[in-house]
Amino acid sequence: MSGQIESPIIEMKALGKTFFSENGQVTALKNIDLQIHKGDIFGIIGMSGAGKSTLVRCINYLEKPTEGEIWFDGKELGALDQKSLRQVRQSMGMIFQQFNLWMQRTAEGNICFPLEIAGVSQAEAKKRAKELLKLVGLEDKAGAYPSQLSGGQKQRIAIARALATSPKVLLCDEATSALDPTTTESILSLLKDINKRLGITIIIITHEMSVVEKICSHVAIIDQSTIAETGSVHDIFTHPKTKAAERLVYPNDNRINKLIGKRCARIVFDGSSAYEPVISSMILECKATVNILYADMKDIEGKAFGELILQLPQDETTADKVIYYLKSRDLHVEEVNDYVG
Amino acid sequence: MWDNTIILMIVKGVFETLYMTLLSTLLAYVIGLPLGIILVITEKGGILPETRVNKVLNVIVNLARSIPFLILLIAVLPLTRIITGTTIGSTATVVPLVIAAAPFIARLVESSIKEIDKGVIEASLSMGASPMQIIYKVMIPEAIPSLIVGAAIATTTILGYSAMAGIVGGGGLGTIAINYGYYRYEKGIMIVTVILLIIIVQILQEIGMKIAAKKDKRK
Repeated sequence: MSGQIESPIIEMKALGKTFFSENGQVTALKNIDLQIHKGDIFGIIGMSGAGKSTLVRCINYLEKPTEGEIWFDGKELGALDQKSLRQVRQSMGMIFQQFNLWMQRTAEGNICFPLEIAGVSQAEAKKRAKELLKLVGLEDKAGAYPSQLSGGQKQRIAIARALATSPKVLLCDEATSALDPTTTESILSLLKDINKRLGITIIIITHEMSVVEKICSHVAIIDQSTIAETGSVHDIFTHPKTKAAERLVYPNDNRINKLIGKRCARIVFDGSSAYEPVISSMILECKATVNILYADMKDIEGKAFGELILQLPQDETTADKVIYYLKSRDLHVEEVNDYVG
Repeated sequence: MWDNTIILMIVKGVFETLYMTLLSTLLAYVIGLPLGIILVITEKGGILPETRVNKVLNVIVNLARSIPFLILLIAVLPLTRIITGTTIGSTATVVPLVIAAAPFIARLVESSIKEIDKGVIEASLSMGASPMQIIYKVMIPEAIPSLIVGAAIATTTILGYSAMAGIVGGGGLGTIAINYGYYRYEKGIMIVTVILLIIIVQILQEIGMKIAAKKDKRK
């Protein structure tokens, strides 16, 4: 991932947002500090109601933060007047869960809209629309109205529309939540492709860990209006530090309770050793039998990540030997017997 | 009694009615369309929220809409005389028709524009569209089918009002129906004018619906 040295393209400093209404006030975000670098695919994940939609709308100032600052490409958005703010928005594309296409405009007309806003001539806008239709693989749908397109096609048109003004950042608000798994997959690979080819920074708001695993390089976990954890997807996935992170990484987390009362070890594979037959070697070397209680392996960016929960032998010495062996293989091992009830 | 003069009078009545109706609709839209749009955008959560302006306009529109047309017709006679120089005939009737129809049209426009998905407006904002661009390029085009249906409703309602103006010599088929049918008990002529009014309403409504269906790309 590029540019940890250069200054971030988006930076939030002590950002907060409180909604005031007759029924009192609701704090949607508090004390958010976040840096997003150029070229990143940055996931912002959280349960519904955690504040993630408000957060993404703060980035392009559709929601005005009540505290703190948003910096985009060296500008503090709160200091801009309406006109400059509209100009800044032209360098940020956005796509939505419900696509939000104009129903009375053709696919081509939809893509031309942001260009019309930016004052591009009609001939040039049409030329650009054609390129973008090609980029999203829908060249033959220029004249189709949104009602004639499938959900996946609509989202592709929405992506083309968001890219029309060659923005620096693409904001995706639950962009795949209304799509079936196959279509989700294809939209995600399109986004990844766009990120690689155009170098555009992508920010993805989602409640699904699978979306983050598939394409994100970095992730921030938002829980109860604050950032619970942030870092590379690799780190968060292998070593979730907070309860909120664990809940998202292991959504059906009731496995521990089913364990029978013995010592257990949780082993985390961090991409380096997942393909080695560590467990077989361990069994042969320690001459110990173990019980595999839980295993979950995932492929993230071509490397294998996962965790394994082993029930250790009853004999304390053998159990220690097993732990020692696993630790000697540079695996992250922790005993989880205190969870056992 | 069906001599040439009567037939000529009825033909003239049809044209006067159409003239009053269409001219009034057009002028009422000149006021009602922007008013309806302002009602939407100044609302809380709209693209140019101005709660106070919104409240004042709402009260004005409601007041104007609650006055019965016949009372309004007579109440604005002095104004009608100032504007058109007379209080009888079809041109004079246009004045009260516009005053009565504009707030009604504002409500029709308001409800058409409110049908647009909020997300579509949000998408436009996210692209850096200005409020004016959103009105011209998003709100009106997206609401077109509904606006046309509204226009058909408005036109036929105004046609009904214009016939009512016959009671004060407003011209058109309404005047003929009242003069012959009500004052002279010539039921034949009255029935003919009523049937003609029905036919005109049918045609206008049908044209509106056809255009709206053709413009609707949502299905």
